[in-house]
Amino acid sequence: MDLSQINPVLLIASLMVAATPLLLATIGELVVERAGVLNLGVEGMMIVGAISGFAVAVETDSAWLGFLAAAVGGAVLSLLFVLLTQVALANQVASGLALTLFGLGLSSLMGQSYVGIKPPAMARLDIPVLSDLPVIGPILFRHDPLLYIAILIIAGVWAVLTFTRAGLILRAVGENHDAAHALGYKVVRIRIMAILFGGACAGLGGAYISLIRVPQWTEGMTAGVGWIALALVVFASWKPWRVLLGAYLFGGITVLQLNLQAAGVAIPVEYLAMSPYVVTIVVLVILSADKSRAPASLGRPFHATS
Amino acid sequence: MTRTLLSINGLTKAYPGVVANSEVSFEIGEGQVHALLGENGAGKSTLVKMIYGLVKPDSGTMTLRGAPYAPPEPRAARADGIAMVFQHFSLFDALNVAENIALGMETPPPMRDLARRIREVSETYGLPLDPYRTVGDLSAGERQRVEIIRCLLQDPKLLIMDEPTSVLTPQEVNILFGTLRKLSAEGTAILYISHKLEEIRALCDHATVLRLGKVVGECTPRETTAREMAELMVGTALQTPTRAGRDMGGVALDVSGLSAASPSAFGTALKNIHLAVREGEVLGIGGVAGNGQDELLAVLSGEILTPADAVKLKGRPIGRMGPTARRALGLLTAPEERLGHAAAPDMSLTENALLTGSIRENLESNGFLKWSAAETFARKIIKSFDVRTPGPGTAARALSGGNLQKFVIGREVLQRPEVLVVNQPTWGVDASAAAAIRQAILDLAASGAAVICISQDLDELMEIADRFAALNEGRLSEPRPTQGLSVEEIGLMMGGAHGMEVAHV
Repeated sequence: MDLSQINPVLLIASLMVAATPLLLATIGELVVERAGVLNLGVEGMMIVGAISGFAVAVETDSAWLGFLAAAVGGAVLSLLFVLLTQVALANQVASGLALTLFGLGLSSLMGQSYVGIKPPAMARLDIPVLSDLPVIGPILFRHDPLLYIAILIIAGVWAVLTFTRAGLILRAVGENHDAAHALGYKVVRIRIMAILFGGACAGLGGAYISLIRVPQWTEGMTAGVGWIALALVVFASWKPWRVLLGAYLFGGITVLQLNLQAAGVAIPVEYLAMSPYVVTIVVLVILSADKSRAPASLGRPFHATS
Repeated sequence: MTRTLLSINGLTKAYPGVVANSEVSFEIGEGQVHALLGENGAGKSTLVKMIYGLVKPDSGTMTLRGAPYAPPEPRAARADGIAMVFQHFSLFDALNVAENIALGMETPPPMRDLARRIREVSETYGLPLDPYRTVGDLSAGERQRVEIIRCLLQDPKLLIMDEPTSVLTPQEVNILFGTLRKLSAEGTAILYISHKLEEIRALCDHATVLRLGKVVGECTPRETTAREMAELMVGTALQTPTRAGRDMGGVALDVSGLSAASPSAFGTALKNIHLAVREGEVLGIGGVAGNGQDELLAVLSGEILTPADAVKLKGRPIGRMGPTARRALGLLTAPEERLGHAAAPDMSLTENALLTGSIRENLESNGFLKWSAAETFARKIIKSFDVRTPGPGTAARALSGGNLQKFVIGREVLQRPEVLVVNQPTWGVDASAAAAIRQAILDLAASGAAVICISQDLDELMEIADRFAALNEGRLSEPRPTQGLSVEEIGLMMGGAHGMEVAHV
């Protein structure tokens, strides 16, 4: 065992990469839940985003177009959820689970001819001087652009929810859809937009795995990140910045345990592999001990009685 | 009467199976306080929803200040100067006062300006309110203020108020009436919906009475007695419950030094409750909603367990017993929420009868249900309490509020309770059904049972209770005989104006 093999700078840089798919999926689901909808189909939307992004990136040889396609793919799949829950008023839990199962199957079908191919790479940020700084350079200024976009999305969601009227209306719809309807707000329309945003974010998260983190296509490669995202929304108490904290914590321990495995630490691999889940959940449970609570209309179907 | 503000001509709205409004016509003058009077299901709510643009009429027209008026949505109604305070508050618990108000405005100013304007308007009308408090922490009276101020900031020409006083103490009602009179004097018309006749007589200039969706009469409330208006509403002569003279027996239920935390986050903890109710007595417990009524029912029914000695039934400590054990001993309860607490909405009346009656009515043996006995019991309830339903196989949800309430109360009364605890026995029930329920409670007491009636309807408590006590923030006042108790005294027992300032207008 040789812990000195672990380079803290590289560790931090790679934890940010490891956390980004989770970050994207979670912030999308956070917006959906703030609007009062529980979409358990995050995993399905991620994997569909992963393959749509991968396929388009390979065909067009552009990672950017790939990400665009991933966002569209996730959003299109979430339209199915919209149709089921907002139009047909089906049960949200069952619809979300169906979406995940459907997404996993669909992605395998779409991805058959893409196994073993290498996708086009996305250029990393290279700012003269800044990127060359010791320590800070590799941690902050040498990543792919999407990692920064993910953080900007967090900041944007926080600002919109806190400071804008659109955010206030979104929160109001999630808090009490009957009252929002009585005041004349279009509950279903607002929820549909939130669900589409959630789908697009999940799609981006999936494509980040297939285009940057891994980067290649294998079936079921999202490996449960969508489910972690769902748990993370709850533990983050529906607050955007806590999502960043939780995602980086999870990503950090994932990367750390890989490094520890490589360094040959005398702990069974299985314990190391489960550690990110345990630690993230424990820390976030402690954090979520404050009085914040779920949006009051979460998961309740809305039916406008005339 | 001054110029006509809003005139309504032949409005009709039908839902599948029901005509909610049929050819309704009336006029509201500027600055007039106009009452809309009627029983539950008379079509008052549908009518105001049409005025507010939430529901589109099937036929008929409205004219606002001479111009045709047909709001496609509430936004348009608000733009035309029509504002509405809802019966069930349309507020968002997790947001603060200013955010709630901003949601009800078309183009709200920045938060800081809005907060300042909220302070100004609330001071002007004697309704002080802190814009930055979270609505979930406010009392019912303060929540209503939020709604009223939300309306006032839009400078309305017509303010619609749907049952505004159902959650207020008498003192809070006085403050509200002061505000409404000031608004009316400034030229704002008020459409006031209520079935509380004395309030309408005190406040309103003119009343339109609805029954089964039709206008059945108009009157000037100040010149009409409450009884005449009630009979217009119901369409028949009202029967007042009669109280037979009766002897009080020994103490049936004794609660002493009872404190209990509330199971829900926004609930009220009970603090050091003492009460004793005797055989043949009706103890009325008043108080504004949310002051511990649900929790008191829960500790008496056995849903919340307490130290054994805190609750005694005929001298026997039962504080650690659950609801089933208490039922077996003769302590029965009927909670407030009909659908989901007193009755399982999607189960049939027979199944609902089984749910509480299985022990005392002997409807099960060795874990097997006696279906025919249960159905007989359900039929007995339906027959003796005049529950209007196709039969005992009907789902509880399909019954109207009044009929289900008669069923729920009847189910307990027919199990020959030693002690019966009811919470809001006539809430949302029409006047004739309410009279029948009150009569059943009085008859039960006359036969020697002890009854605790928790209610927010003070008139009801004065009518049936022998003694009255009030719940205020989880504390129970000393019970006093109802005879000779004045409204002011009751108001003070209920906690006065909850520290709310009286309007200086």
